[in-house]
Amino acid sequence: MIQVRNVSKSFGRVQAVRDVTLDIAKGEFFSLLGASGSGKTTLLRMLAGFEGVTSGQIVVDGQPMEAVPPHHRPINMVFQNYAIFPHLNVRDNIAYGLRRLGLPKARQDEMVAEMLEMIALPGYGERRATQLSGGQMQRVALARALILKPKVLLLDEPLGALDKQLREQMQLELRLLQQRLGITFVLVTHDQEEALTLSDRIAVMAKGAVVQVDTPAGLYERPKNRTIAGFIGSMNFFTSTVHRQGAAEVAVEGLGRIGMNGHDDGRPHGAAATVAIRPEKLTLTTQAPGGRAVEGVVQARQYLGGRHMLHVGIPGRETPVAVALQDVGADMAPGQPVWVSWKDDAILILDAD
Amino acid sequence: MAERELFYRPNRGLAVYALGFTALLYIPILFIPLFSLNAGLYQRFPLEGFTLDWYAQLFTRGPVFDALLNSLQVGLSVAVVSTALAVPAAKALSRTVLPGKKPITGFIMLPLIVPGLVFGVALLVVISRLGIPLSLYTVALGHVVICLPFAISILLPRFEGANHSLEEASADLGENGWWTFWRVTFPNILPGVVASLLLTFTVSFDEFIMAFFLSGTDPTLPMYIWTQLRFPQSFPSLLALSSLILITSFALVFASLWFARLGRTANPINR
Repeated sequence: MIQVRNVSKSFGRVQAVRDVTLDIAKGEFFSLLGASGSGKTTLLRMLAGFEGVTSGQIVVDGQPMEAVPPHHRPINMVFQNYAIFPHLNVRDNIAYGLRRLGLPKARQDEMVAEMLEMIALPGYGERRATQLSGGQMQRVALARALILKPKVLLLDEPLGALDKQLREQMQLELRLLQQRLGITFVLVTHDQEEALTLSDRIAVMAKGAVVQVDTPAGLYERPKNRTIAGFIGSMNFFTSTVHRQGAAEVAVEGLGRIGMNGHDDGRPHGAAATVAIRPEKLTLTTQAPGGRAVEGVVQARQYLGGRHMLHVGIPGRETPVAVALQDVGADMAPGQPVWVSWKDDAILILDAD
Repeated sequence: MAERELFYRPNRGLAVYALGFTALLYIPILFIPLFSLNAGLYQRFPLEGFTLDWYAQLFTRGPVFDALLNSLQVGLSVAVVSTALAVPAAKALSRTVLPGKKPITGFIMLPLIVPGLVFGVALLVVISRLGIPLSLYTVALGHVVICLPFAISILLPRFEGANHSLEEASADLGENGWWTFWRVTFPNILPGVVASLLLTFTVSFDEFIMAFFLSGTDPTLPMYIWTQLRFPQSFPSLLALSSLILITSFALVFASLWFARLGRTANPINR
């Protein structure tokens, strides 16, 4: 549905977007995730047509977009602060884009009523837009965009202004709505959790460039760098060095040498690297297990609702290692000596940064 | 904290100064309505009793009504024309990417500080060179020149305070620049437009110097007052007329200021 080809954007000497190439499929819920200044909003504004591209090409539904002004693009947008027209009531806000279509009044009213139904605000048509709560404005902004049946809906941090509970509710509603309508959604957010819960795929952006494009599970299982690895859940990071004398191995702080096996991505001998292991990929036993293991002492224990997080101090490493366990006996208390073990495929080898 | 208290502490000296300043500004003006209600022909103390005769007398003077009508015509046209010219100018000036924005703004604001006498003479020279006969039209032209900076200074903050994402939203929903202006921009600057209409009308209605240089045979109200100043008998009723103009002008300017602020603080969406 959307092809972004080598798109760059400069504002004067500042390069906001660098050589971004993306393919977004029809009906996909796609997120651009990044900190402020990562270029995600600029990219979204280029899709909407509010900013031109400095170089590269954007194609929507087979049609190159460079000569198409915002008001002729088959794209609608939900703005960050909703941009609800304060001088119009809810109905006129939702019907705003219909004027150009020249539909009969009755048909327009019918469409607005359908939209009000969809956003669960029936009977709100005559309300003044300024009387709405944040969540209601958000819904009106959605209805106003969706009434035009766009091929693509852009959402610029649409839930940023809402409190946590409402945000979670709206996330679910957005996801259900998108699945029902089958419209391509492109969401911009700085909230990793939001991107992960909503999206089919996520493009992680930093410093204007796309760092990784993957499914939420892919980002979790195969993060490209430390930052992405730290996005969701917890992660143990170990300072490490690559060894290639004999077998390809990494010397991991506190854990000793571990064979790279399937994780070998060709880093040279002596290179600094970071080894990352998820807390749930580590196991604790009070007896020495058969395979590779290191000895440590439980330092703290947290209950996280349904699972426990144990922090185990191991020799040769300052920070305790976090281990997530479903069932833990009462004996796993602080001061208990334990063995920490892992499977070979538990490790991820990342850049040292 | 200590600094804050220092600045916000009541300051007696400053209060006295402010009072004195206000008195200096307004007490001389208050003599006009005071003497307009005085029964005597001459403006001196002690007052000789209360009367509304001078006001009643105004209604018997035909030329007053002609002059009033002239002033209303000029004032209304000037208000409409200068506001209409100021809207696109202010919109352009509020754009962040206009090259030479500061010098242009300064240039437009110039009539506020150039003496009316200079402008009056300059316009008179130009107009007579072009062979245009002096009339209410030329007065209106002069007034538009001096009213433009007022209109722009009222409209500019309105445009600058506007939420640009509203215009982007309109474009996003399929409207071009023209329709976006009329459906979104204009309704949101409307209080500023009303304020500008009221203020420019008042400025034109009260203006004397331009009218002095540029009127033909039809006088505006201030011109009429000036021509009648020679006749002592008509002076009290001129005071009555001036009082009415004064009250109207005050009311219009207050209304204008009220409109200029309207919706700029209370609107949660326009932040």
